[in-house]
Amino acid sequence: MTTLLSEATGSESALRRFLSGLPGVDQVGAEGRAATLATRSIKTTAKAYALDLAISMVDLTTLEGADTPGKVRALAAKALRPDPTDPSCPAAAAVCVYPDLAATARAVVGDRLHVASVAAAFPSGRSSLEVKLREVADATAAGADEIDMVIDRGAFLTGRVQQVFDEIVAVKQACGPAHLKVILETGELATYDNVRRASWLAMLAGADFIKTSTGKVQPAATLPVTMVMLEAVRDFRAATGRQVGVKPAGGFRSAKDAVRHLVVINEVAGPDWLDPDWFRIGASSLLNDLLLQRQKMATGAYSGPDYVSLD
Amino acid sequence: MSGSERVEVRKTYKLYVGGAFPRSESGRSYVVSDSRGRFLANAAQASRKDGRDAVVAARKAQPGWAGRTPYNRGQVLYRAAEVMEDRREQFVEQLRAAEGVGQRKADTFVDAVIDRWVWYAGWADKVAQVLGGANPVAGPYFNLSVPEPTGVVAVVAPAGPLLGLVSVVAPAIATGNTVVVIASQPHPLPAVTLGEVLATSDLPGGVVNILTGSAAEIAPWLASHRDVDALDLTGVDVDGDAGELARDLEAAAAETLTRVRRPEPGADWLATPGLDRLSWTLETKTVWHPIGI
Repeated sequence: MTTLLSEATGSESALRRFLSGLPGVDQVGAEGRAATLATRSIKTTAKAYALDLAISMVDLTTLEGADTPGKVRALAAKALRPDPTDPSCPAAAAVCVYPDLAATARAVVGDRLHVASVAAAFPSGRSSLEVKLREVADATAAGADEIDMVIDRGAFLTGRVQQVFDEIVAVKQACGPAHLKVILETGELATYDNVRRASWLAMLAGADFIKTSTGKVQPAATLPVTMVMLEAVRDFRAATGRQVGVKPAGGFRSAKDAVRHLVVINEVAGPDWLDPDWFRIGASSLLNDLLLQRQKMATGAYSGPDYVSLD
Repeated sequence: MSGSERVEVRKTYKLYVGGAFPRSESGRSYVVSDSRGRFLANAAQASRKDGRDAVVAARKAQPGWAGRTPYNRGQVLYRAAEVMEDRREQFVEQLRAAEGVGQRKADTFVDAVIDRWVWYAGWADKVAQVLGGANPVAGPYFNLSVPEPTGVVAVVAPAGPLLGLVSVVAPAIATGNTVVVIASQPHPLPAVTLGEVLATSDLPGGVVNILTGSAAEIAPWLASHRDVDALDLTGVDVDGDAGELARDLEAAAAETLTRVRRPEPGADWLATPGLDRLSWTLETKTVWHPIGI
């Protein structure tokens, strides 16, 4: 496969041939397997471990038109200390904001957490390459050390895979030392086959992470989609030796969802990915539910929304 | 069809949580017997997780319900009474089966149930005038006291089939609270039927959540739940060993300063209720407002 891989990025036709030559995903089988793994029962000490791990994987996100510096500061402070009443609670992995607020977030978290910024004409990806690169440069200059770019889904769906590839390569170059997460927006890709192809395309182009969605399109991250992407990063590492991370985002509400994803990571990709460096969860309200579950484990009594912050 | 025997349509009695009728999360059920010990039905046996789900549903519904005008709340409750009236034969039958009483006595009880509901429906838009009002103060201010709902109320319903349950639930929701109620364990069927009435009478889902099963199992989780604002222990048994349960529940509730109403063994539910059950789930907000421009 390695020889095939090295040829894959040689020309547009080779790339297209490689991607369409990827084995198809058995939709019924994938959904069935995800559903089976979701029934796994995680209790007591395993649950406590899973909750803490999930908290440490959260990219605490706010991507609203109404975001203010005050809200971003509050969010960054929360990412540093999610539960101020409990010093044993781990910090989140990163704060994820729009480029103009990256500096605000960086000022709060210092070098203790990562600051992720969306870029490249988020969320639609509809803009010229020049504008996208400029936005990436802006974000990194403002202190973002992780860039979440969106791919041009229009180009991907019409088969212009080379254009998508070149864009990712160019953005990766513009990122410099910053990590690049490539958002596939799986809700618009229509099939699991496309999710698998887009995952490989992004990884071949140099993505450090592949991310499911912007959170602006429904459906966002679903368990089968994350599973297909985890299979892709596993196979990619087997083929090239390079490990790529996965970040499902959007659609997460409950701690139970997060724990199910951890089970799927362990079963599909392996424990190497059970680490905030290789798996992230893009979410906002999820963190509160993780904290409520954590408080329930600590006190033995069900907790309520009065005991966590609003955002 | 004639000649062939009809297949019986048996009913599954389920919980009423968040406007839907789920089975217990635990998958358990228990046998409900009539007054002579004969099999009547299987009822869902709620677990602590059903209690948790019910509190989440009640919390979600609370701001919307409290935000309705009191007049509208009264109208919705009255609508529920209308639907109960439609179903009175079913209630009468269930009361007769549960308690082994005659037709006349069961009629009296169902009358009392519906009348009690209407009585509290009427209070929905009057309670603020009676329990709140303008206070005289020594200064150029209006000083107004307004009763407001306390939030989510967890209730252990009295042991009787229906009148006790209605007498504790109706006042709590009339004032804008939402309720999680554990129905009488030996007589859950009229409570489930009440849930069906509420589901079809414009009452938003989650305002009343009815659990059937063991109070000793579920109530401790509701008492210690940090998102429950008031705990009504009216139906908790206080005889002998059971007295410990009431004490433990109060202690658990005290942990988060939950308002508690203590057990009322032997309460006469046919007597005219006072305003007491309306007022205990209310918190008084007092506002100072300058007179003038």
